[in-house]
Amino acid sequence: MNKAEILVIDDEAEMLRLLEITLESNDFKVVTAMRAKEGLIMAANHPPDIIILDLGLPDESGHVVLQKLREWYTKPILILSVQDSEADIVKALDNGADDFLVKPFRTGELLARIRSALRGKSGEQKEQQQRFKNLFIDLELRVVKRDNELVKLTATEYNLLSLLIRNAGKVLTHHFLLRQVWGPGFQNQTQYLRVFIAQLRKKIEDDPNNPDLIITESGVGYRFTGNE
Amino acid sequence: MAKSILYRATKEQQYTTSIGLVLAVASACYALSDYIGYHVTALILIVTVSFVAMFFDIFPVLLAAILSALIWDVFFIPPRFSFSIANPEDALLFALYFVIASVNGALTYKIRQIEKVALKKEEKENTLKLYGTLLNSLSHELKTPIATIIGSTDNLLTNDSNLTEKNKEELLLEISKASVRLNRQVGNLLNMSRIESGFLNLKKDWVDVSELIYDVVNRLKEYTTEHPVGVIIKENLPLFKLDYGLMEQVLYNLIYNAAIYIPRYCVITVRASYIDNTLVIDVEDSGGGFPPDETEKVFDKFYRLEKTRTGGTGLGLSIAKGFVEAHQGTIHLENMTEGGARFTIEIPAETSPSLLKNE
Repeated sequence: MNKAEILVIDDEAEMLRLLEITLESNDFKVVTAMRAKEGLIMAANHPPDIIILDLGLPDESGHVVLQKLREWYTKPILILSVQDSEADIVKALDNGADDFLVKPFRTGELLARIRSALRGKSGEQKEQQQRFKNLFIDLELRVVKRDNELVKLTATEYNLLSLLIRNAGKVLTHHFLLRQVWGPGFQNQTQYLRVFIAQLRKKIEDDPNNPDLIITESGVGYRFTGNE
Repeated sequence: MAKSILYRATKEQQYTTSIGLVLAVASACYALSDYIGYHVTALILIVTVSFVAMFFDIFPVLLAAILSALIWDVFFIPPRFSFSIANPEDALLFALYFVIASVNGALTYKIRQIEKVALKKEEKENTLKLYGTLLNSLSHELKTPIATIIGSTDNLLTNDSNLTEKNKEELLLEISKASVRLNRQVGNLLNMSRIESGFLNLKKDWVDVSELIYDVVNRLKEYTTEHPVGVIIKENLPLFKLDYGLMEQVLYNLIYNAAIYIPRYCVITVRASYIDNTLVIDVEDSGGGFPPDETEKVFDKFYRLEKTRTGGTGLGLSIAKGFVEAHQGTIHLENMTEGGARFTIEIPAETSPSLLKNE
């Protein structure tokens, strides 16, 4: 398999160099751009497999760049952001970004995000049967088992869980989850989400108070992990 | 207290109060004029003007002086109800009255100006002192990890051949720890400046308080290996409308603080309950508690207990207070009778109607 190619758009030279070293040593091909304009041209001339985009660019807001890219670019876009900008992150995710990383980030986190984003986009046809630790799910038969015991889920609980699992590894915003599971009128009714996430955790997590399957992304949404 | 209120009275308020006071006193004297005579009235009016001078600016005071002089002339000095003064002695008295009232007003005003300058100077000195404390603690807190990073990287870059693999690993670990510390302190400073700027925008949404508390407790695991952390949540706690990120930081700071300062194997307990739409969260520890006279001061910016070990800018608890107050809530600290300290947060918050039954 050819090396996946990553375009990094960030105005900080040190950050670019760090990403280059980290990603190249992990078998990715890396190209970099320091300006929004340059990045957009590079993406158009030679579309990469994934784009890592910093939200704070000097010549144009990352949100605008994201919008322009999403007019034609369908592969994953990963957002880089600084601390304390949950609203920015949510906005980017709701506008088509696939995932986010907050600076400073851990190398392991960076690689996990890139891998799950690449996985998610390349294989939309997910396997019907999946296993995460002691949890088993058959998406076709709508069956969930924990330690080989059948887990009884309500329809809404199942829809929520299967949505999370089909996007395993990826963060899903509150709005997205509410719209997909409850419908377009419900996207601000976060109280439903809080209650159902708590119920789901009670049924599928070993320790619902210290979850390792459904992870809270503070102020942003939820992420299903389990394979990492 | 009364002085500080009058001190801040607007110009208009000062003028109307001066006039009103002079008129009121003059009317009282007029009503009693059969008993007190017009000489005593002059003294009473001068006292009134002096009283005004104690609180107000020079022009309202002069106005009070002129007004009272005229009133005294017209209504009290014979012949009454005219500006004319029959007796030459009374004319002299009138002139003297005017001079005394004006000088009195001017002098009192001058003294107040001097006081004001002294007060300003004192304020400035206090600010400088606070700034000094800030610089000391900040430079220590920021420079220590920076020094570690510069020293270690320098060592790795220039002294490579003399270092064993184990040395190198240790240096890298030090760099990593120092960066985490630096990151935390910068985060604190940013949070503090968010509070200070007055532009703290709350993003309130429904929060499962149990999720919030466990989230923080789990994130703090590496600091609480020697301190068992217990969580007690009241059953059927509703959802509350809060800013998740800010409340996360509040609890993080309180539990982190406890974990850092209490002796090994002391227990930390976090409780959540609610009374009448008020969310109550307690963070207790079984450590040594705080010196009794400092339980209020701990929330002050840059305040650090004496004799505490280094580490910390003295911002953690004031950030917690700032964020709780941004929710219109309160936080206070008490030493428990059975030992240890208890922080209590009370936040009046909208609660969700019960959804907790299945679908």
